Amino acid sequence: MHQISRPGFLRAIGAAMIAAAVAMPAAAQQPAAGGSSPTMDAIRARGTLICGVNTGLAGFAQPDSQGVWRGFDVDYCRAVAIALFNDPDKVRYVPTTAQNRFTALQSGEVDMLARNTTWTLSRDTSLGFDFPAITFYDGQGFMVKASLGVRSASELNGATICVQPGTTTEQNLTDWARANRIQFQPVVIERLEEVVNAYLAGRCDAYTTDVSGLAATRSVQPRPAEHVILPDVISKEPLGPAVRHGDQRFADLVRWIHFGLVTAEELGLTSQNIGQAAGDARPDVQRLIGRTGDLGRMLGVDNAFMVNIVTRLGNYGQMFERSLTPIGIQRGPNALWPAAGGLQYAPPFR
Amino acid sequence: MSDATADPRFRRKPPKRPIRLSWADERIRGIVWQILVVGIIGSIIWWLWSNTVHNLEVRRIATGFGFLNREAGLPIAESLISYEPTDTYFRALVVGVLNTLKVAVVGIVLATFLGTAIGIARLSKNFLVSKIAAFYVEVIRDLPLLLQLLFWYTIMQGLPGPRQAMQPIEGVFLSNRGFKVPALVWEPAHTAALVACIAGIVLTWLYARSARAKQMADGQPRKIWPAAIALILGLPVLTWQVMGAPWQVDWPALRGFNFRGGMSISPEYAALLIGLVTYTAGFIAEVVRAGILSVNLGQWEAAQALGLRHGQLLRLIVLPQALRVIIPPMTSNYLNLTKNSSLAVAIGYQDIVSIANTTLNQTGQAIEGIAIIMLVYLTISLSISLFMNWYNAKIALVER
Repeated sequence: MHQISRPGFLRAIGAAMIAAAVAMPAAAQQPAAGGSSPTMDAIRARGTLICGVNTGLAGFAQPDSQGVWRGFDVDYCRAVAIALFNDPDKVRYVPTTAQNRFTALQSGEVDMLARNTTWTLSRDTSLGFDFPAITFYDGQGFMVKASLGVRSASELNGATICVQPGTTTEQNLTDWARANRIQFQPVVIERLEEVVNAYLAGRCDAYTTDVSGLAATRSVQPRPAEHVILPDVISKEPLGPAVRHGDQRFADLVRWIHFGLVTAEELGLTSQNIGQAAGDARPDVQRLIGRTGDLGRMLGVDNAFMVNIVTRLGNYGQMFERSLTPIGIQRGPNALWPAAGGLQYAPPFR
Repeated sequence: MSDATADPRFRRKPPKRPIRLSWADERIRGIVWQILVVGIIGSIIWWLWSNTVHNLEVRRIATGFGFLNREAGLPIAESLISYEPTDTYFRALVVGVLNTLKVAVVGIVLATFLGTAIGIARLSKNFLVSKIAAFYVEVIRDLPLLLQLLFWYTIMQGLPGPRQAMQPIEGVFLSNRGFKVPALVWEPAHTAALVACIAGIVLTWLYARSARAKQMADGQPRKIWPAAIALILGLPVLTWQVMGAPWQVDWPALRGFNFRGGMSISPEYAALLIGLVTYTAGFIAEVVRAGILSVNLGQWEAAQALGLRHGQLLRLIVLPQALRVIIPPMTSNYLNLTKNSSLAVAIGYQDIVSIANTTLNQTGQAIEGIAIIMLVYLTISLSISLFMNWYNAKIALVER
């Protein structure tokens, strides 16, 4: 059964909301210079965090059989809710498509995006966003049916390729085709379910998106072995949460929650043992669990915020293992630096 | 109406009164109210505008239409003009407008024919025909259009892959990559033949007009069809023969992943067109039925009494009167079809909404993007309205 949505209508509402939001009295919209954060104040006054997530991508954000949102991106929403309310369930999830996610954040419909969004220069500047951290290093790849017998992306000349619009994926695809003199026929469909359906129905020879997304899509197929993810990775896709530009305090909080999770993994603190960390004499541990340093207060939250987060969600590695390892994604570039030769590395938590 | 027949009360000018600077003076009151209303509306617009600009600045969201000259980098599947991802956003948007027009124009023509046929069928005395038409109208009108589009698109995707494509006729392939048909390799001779055909139609029309004028004068009907065949068919064939009769066909053939050569209709376009045409035809059928029923029964009986055959009766008596009722709601249906084509985004046909949305997403300039979409639809819709209003005025009842 198709879920019926009216994309045009929704976007019209989105645009109207932008217009309404930007037309609000200027004074109310001025970002605070020093202590307070308008976003955090609004979230606290409302009592819930509104988090923009994917419409449904296995491993990253998808409702389970009880309708509870689960996944790697969703855990970041929960982490922010724990930091602000000490309650992971004080989050309202707003599913956003690749195309309407930016409008949703710009207009204030959501407080933050935790929706595998690629950090690029133009998004950082002209969209009015900030990207606090890179939570997942990804790259764009191709998935084809195994029966097609294609082994490498360079064999895709003349192929029909399914792609979602409004993403870096679309531009990477044309750049790659131009650089490699490959002709292809695009099929551009907005909704993830529809574009995957088109690929599965054979409308396209290949489906392209970030490798993590391909792995997620493949994992939910009845026979995953029928689909092959080609070895070629054609782009850099540093994915992470996005917040509105101008509210540095909120951006700081999201950034240091991610760094806190990475630091917890570096220090070997897990959801099982962080309860006993008070007895750990290492100064780094004492600072992370908020017994010294007053670091939580500097971010505008409780000093024990990392203890609360790690107790419920685990550290970065545990979050990865819970959501992404089951769908066949390796740590790879997302392993810790320098311990495991990956790229995940946190500045000093002090 | 000439002055002589006009109501004398309107010809007399009101007596001049000196303006008194007082609230009691009706004209002063009028002027004050008008200044007040214009001032309030003006300041609301100014306030919205200045706040928008201010807040866009505060949030560092880029503004302006400078992005139109930047390289688009977005792939477009089908285009009436040549397009490469290295072209500008402006050209990409033009492609989107043309794609919208391509589906709207073809859709309006087909929906008009299908809807008229169904509307007439519903009035048929044949029980089966009228019930089938009634069933069609009720089912089609009651289902959401988006659902129907997804239905047609799913059917298109259910066709076999290109390597197992169906081939109902030699050279015509049906697959989930679309319909492939052989295409004529276009030569100047074909353009000339096309021009000759258009000229033939115009000449036939002129001939028919003069024949009718002569019939008015002497009462003798003249045969038009021999001249029509000679002008509309003979003239282009002759032109084509004179220019060397080029005839080279480009046959589609499976090469690699897909078909090369020939002409193709994409599944997205086909699904959108079929969905829009069948949906709008359901509404047009009802408009046509209402129009025909609006013609007084006495007109039918009078025409029959004059000895007109059924076809003549419809063509000469009923339809001209029915059209007056049909045209205004028909205009609304044409506008609806055009605007409904924006649902194309759901099934991946790249119309103006799809391309403008991608553009506003990549550039982040939502207000400009939405403004472009609104401008395009407004222009198309107003053009349709203007044309239909002109046609409506032309066929309106002329009172004598």
